[in-house]
Amino acid sequence: MKIDKNKLLKYKSVIGLLAFSIIISFVSPQFLTFSNILNVFRQTSINSIIAAGMTFVILTGGIDLSVGSVLAFAGAICASLIASGMNAFFAIAIALMVGTLAGAISGIIISRGKVQPFIATLVSMTVLRGATLVFTDGRPITLVSGENAERFSTIGNGYFLGIPVPIYITLIVFVAAYYILRQTRLGRYVYALGGNEEATKLSGISVAKIKVIVYALSGLCAALAGVIITSRLASAQPNAGSGYELDAIAAVVLGGTSLSGGMGSIFGTVTGALIIGVLNNALNILNVSSYYQMIVKGAVILIAVLLDRKK
Amino acid sequence: MAKPLLQMKGITKEFPGVKALDQIDFNIYEGKVMALLGENGAGKSTLMKILSGVYQMDEGELYFKENHIKFKTPRDSQDVGIAIIHQELNLVPQLTIGENIFLGREPVNKFKRIDWKKLYANSSKLLERLGIEKDPMELVSNLSIGEQQMVEIAKALSLDAKIIIMDEPTDALTDKETAALFKVINELRENGCGIVYISHRLKEIFEICDMATVLRDGKFITEDLVTNLNEDLIIEAMVGRKLEEQFPRVDVELKEVVLEVKNLSNEYIEDISFTLRKGEIIGIAGLMGSGRTELAKTIFGSLPVREGEVFIDQKQYTISSPKSALEHGIAYVSEDRKGQGLILDLSVKENMSLSDLKQFESFLFKLNGQNEEHMVRHYIDNMSIRTPSMDQTVKNLSGGNQQKVSIAKGLMTKPKILILDEPTRGVDVGAKKEIYNLINQFKKEGMSIIIISSELPEVLGMCDRILVMFNGKITGAFNRKEASQEQILRCAVGIEEA
Repeated sequence: MKIDKNKLLKYKSVIGLLAFSIIISFVSPQFLTFSNILNVFRQTSINSIIAAGMTFVILTGGIDLSVGSVLAFAGAICASLIASGMNAFFAIAIALMVGTLAGAISGIIISRGKVQPFIATLVSMTVLRGATLVFTDGRPITLVSGENAERFSTIGNGYFLGIPVPIYITLIVFVAAYYILRQTRLGRYVYALGGNEEATKLSGISVAKIKVIVYALSGLCAALAGVIITSRLASAQPNAGSGYELDAIAAVVLGGTSLSGGMGSIFGTVTGALIIGVLNNALNILNVSSYYQMIVKGAVILIAVLLDRKK
Repeated sequence: MAKPLLQMKGITKEFPGVKALDQIDFNIYEGKVMALLGENGAGKSTLMKILSGVYQMDEGELYFKENHIKFKTPRDSQDVGIAIIHQELNLVPQLTIGENIFLGREPVNKFKRIDWKKLYANSSKLLERLGIEKDPMELVSNLSIGEQQMVEIAKALSLDAKIIIMDEPTDALTDKETAALFKVINELRENGCGIVYISHRLKEIFEICDMATVLRDGKFITEDLVTNLNEDLIIEAMVGRKLEEQFPRVDVELKEVVLEVKNLSNEYIEDISFTLRKGEIIGIAGLMGSGRTELAKTIFGSLPVREGEVFIDQKQYTISSPKSALEHGIAYVSEDRKGQGLILDLSVKENMSLSDLKQFESFLFKLNGQNEEHMVRHYIDNMSIRTPSMDQTVKNLSGGNQQKVSIAKGLMTKPKILILDEPTRGVDVGAKKEIYNLINQFKKEGMSIIIISSELPEVLGMCDRILVMFNGKITGAFNRKEASQEQILRCAVGIEEA
């Protein structure tokens, strides 16, 4: 059989993921059980969803540090609305809108105010975390039982055809992201903007608009992740999502997307998120202390990125 | 014939799918300027990359002063004394001229601290030798492209190179800077330097080179003394066929005025007025920095208008962005195709359709891939763009083909008015002719065209009317028949106004 070298290179992150999974399944037979695999996917779903939004931002050459804070803020709003008796559906819609708006504001600061994405989203990150603490008074908002709260709980804890609901949501997010990036004008503009901003402007494209949209999408994804976590825990934690931006960025980078923008794919991001998910899961199964886990995770990311370097 | 200082023998280099070089012989002689000629894609750059140690050859041998040598890294090549001045400049804009010249080789005192006095004194000497009146403490970002090129040359001089390769050194230089460069080349020649001179400007070959080597399609064609050659012979060797008349002008009946610019002023231009008719080609001549490109960008909406009016089809419009310019039927093809024209990491298809993707949009914002590919295929065929497929990354195309993609991108917006800024810069003779033919074809189709160009023969050959700019103002306007190169030049340097 002839192996196409380019194809192999293209799918190297997938090959890495598979090879990695096979090794782990030999070390620990527990790994390759149906319930554990589902577990990995469900645990990965939060990071995957955030990373999907982050992919858009990074493809334009930007970065979004505010996702963790957006997650907490949207989660808190969602929880408080439900706790106050609002229909879960509307509460979720409002939480998602708030997240989108928060992202859009970062986008406006970046494009109109000409502020570096790193700084602008660092500001949003700080401000929104503070806003969450003010809003919750620093205490978790817990959802007591009730029909509405039960219904809301389905999002994080429910199963459909034996598969956890968050996995379906993740799947929908990725199909949508793929569709936007590969099949629509917006997707083309995202790649163009990351590849060469000046040329994109001269092509008659409103670069400012594209920037606002990608940060809004990132905010939307982060808010969605916030809703899922809140539902799963039946409570909104004011410190939820701290440090999640780094996991999301790691997933995007592991998936081969260039931090300087213009190159990469949503497919790579799924793989990147799964690599991190499998790693976390394996270290847990193998009973590695959580202190060491972080060191191992850092090392794996470093190795993967080194292997991915272009010659 | 004297023994070569450096000899490349039977050089072969293959890339996946292409034999870039096939048994090439190339010699560099002491105290001689060797022209390396060939169309884009002939293999010049690849050969020079082997010589500078960037690429490894698959077959062949290298001799320096008859000693067999091998280059594994660019460092090996530098150690032999080979310096290359790239077409794309490699300077750090945030550093000063002096810092750039001595980057990585800063003179130090005995405490290992940088000896700034010495660094700037040496830089001053180099700049003086090149005839550049610049303070070496000036930031490179404040320099024009031409001046930056001179800094690159100063850098090579500071290396005391025995062999200097110059890749299109005069492409971005003004005439004055070119004259200064030639003076330096003559001096280097007298000092026994071997120089490789790559240029598309054949006139310069006769002016400055002693010998010429011609490549075509990765093969060695000939090496000869320049005195044995003439322009026709060189072109024939380069393209393998005779070029008919270089500028295939067509005359069409000029119709109504489509664009009228009245008293346009801003930071870069002053009181510019002109009209453009349907089917007319206007040339804008002028030196670099005369405001030509800025005028184009102002009309295109990428620079703000401070005063003045723009009429399209007799109606006044305020064009505030490239987007609104495109909507009003004005397309602009940038002089800087890599920096502003194209997105190098995207494919031929994605680049071409970028300015008018909306036309392919269908249900649920989905882009109709079939329609898009059909349209792109049409332009690839029509403009004979040589690319293995429309999904090829633009980065991998030759300069001439990139330029055609850039033009096609403008055309896909179906413009009434096409502004071409240096449409043939860095493009080889064969592709130039093709681009001229395309321009004529657009003209026949009733498009109105503005060509901005530094090449006077091009302006005189292609345009119906010529405007000359100096210091942001129009200093001359000529009908094609009454214009001469001398007159245009006098207006371009501000000696005369017509």
